Amino acid sequence: MNPAMSGWDRFVFSFFNLDIARQYLPAIAKGFVTTVYLALAVIVAGVLLGLTLALLRSFRVKVANFFIIMFADIMRALPPLVLIILLFFALPYAGASLSAFAATWVALSLVLAAFAEEIFWAGIVAVPRGQWEAARSTGLSRAQTLAFVVLPQAVRMTIPPLTNRVISITKGTALGSVVALSEILNQASSSASQAGNATPMTVGALAYLLLFIPVVIFGRWVETRFVWKK
Amino acid sequence: MSKAILDIAALHKSYGATPVLKGIDMAVNENELVFIIGPSGSGKSTLLRCCNRLEEPESGSILVDGTDILRPGVDLNRLRQKIGMVFQSFNLYPHMTALGNVTLALRKVQGMEKEAAEEKGRAALARVGLAEKVNAYPNELSGGQQQRVGIARSLALEPRIVLFDEPTSALDPELVGGVLKVMRELKESGMTMVVVSHEMAFARAAADRVIFMDKGVIADQGAPEDMFGNPKHERLREFLSRIQH
Repeated sequence: MNPAMSGWDRFVFSFFNLDIARQYLPAIAKGFVTTVYLALAVIVAGVLLGLTLALLRSFRVKVANFFIIMFADIMRALPPLVLIILLFFALPYAGASLSAFAATWVALSLVLAAFAEEIFWAGIVAVPRGQWEAARSTGLSRAQTLAFVVLPQAVRMTIPPLTNRVISITKGTALGSVVALSEILNQASSSASQAGNATPMTVGALAYLLLFIPVVIFGRWVETRFVWKK
Repeated sequence: MSKAILDIAALHKSYGATPVLKGIDMAVNENELVFIIGPSGSGKSTLLRCCNRLEEPESGSILVDGTDILRPGVDLNRLRQKIGMVFQSFNLYPHMTALGNVTLALRKVQGMEKEAAEEKGRAALARVGLAEKVNAYPNELSGGQQQRVGIARSLALEPRIVLFDEPTSALDPELVGGVLKVMRELKESGMTMVVVSHEMAFARAAADRVIFMDKGVIADQGAPEDMFGNPKHERLREFLSRIQH
């Protein structure tokens, strides 16, 4: 770096260095792909598991509900990073080792599932009792009532809080860098130390915006799309 | 002698330690319209809701069309098809059209094809005067229209009896007439009906029998002209004078 550079030039050189950006773009693009895969896998697994648990909970079997509530409370209380580290570093001692990708995926999916379960459950409970009664009085079974009457209404109510939670937990994919998962943050920070320049971090930040702004916009669209007048 | 569609004997129900129904005996014959009146907390809604087991009674028997619906192992979902229920708050499914509301059970419980179910659903909606509203969602309908969809929903299943739980209590006064008209036509078509309601003028005009419930028992019953014109039971007189003022 030229000592004659002004403060502004130094800032641009360190954070918006086009040559360095070009040089490390492929590495960060690789990280981008990994993050996308991981995020999708977490969303699918977390939301499906959360929905399944909420549905099971609605059958109100005492023992099952005890475990579901315990799961949801523990997973919501644990910082996701702790869970990732436990799965990655502690499981091998129990004879089962997970890759960095798998450990991050399992940990984030479990956390998302716990929040999703609570959100879906709140939605199911918020559907008025009269809806159950009307459906059951026409001969629909409990499961049919849940599937055709209660869940479609519950899901609409859950979309806004669920979208927020999905965004905040998928951003947790960055935590995978702690267990050396080559996702965006990890690629960006190792590129930055290799280059002795922070520009790859800027590129990483742009990659996150590129990934999550559409998700945020999609969430907003879904929210307005699924609201109906009472 | 006409046949009893609904036959209730020695029915008891409590909420915790509070008895709500204390030994109800009551039969409703085919084509009969029975009106149940009584002060709030007298157990009339609970009685109605026991008749399709939305509430579980403690003891007694309820025969619907000859089948004891309280017998263990009874196919409740099949039996409920015979027992229509109309609710105070309509309870229409807000995410479905009027036709969707009416055809859901036809398709999912009776396993009818979409086309056949829709044909039957349209006929049921036409019967309550809503032929042109089949594709409307509940929020696009007035309260009176919503309640008529509720009635069509139970009629489509061809029940043997329809239970009405305060069907007009949630309606603005100017919307009550349309619902009562549909109920009147239903009665004239020979439907067996049990109605819990405060529409005394309707009871006077359309009911075959009026039952007065008080504190969990049937305190008095008789023809509407006797019950309203010449009430003998003291609590009934009190009740009538209170609701008329």
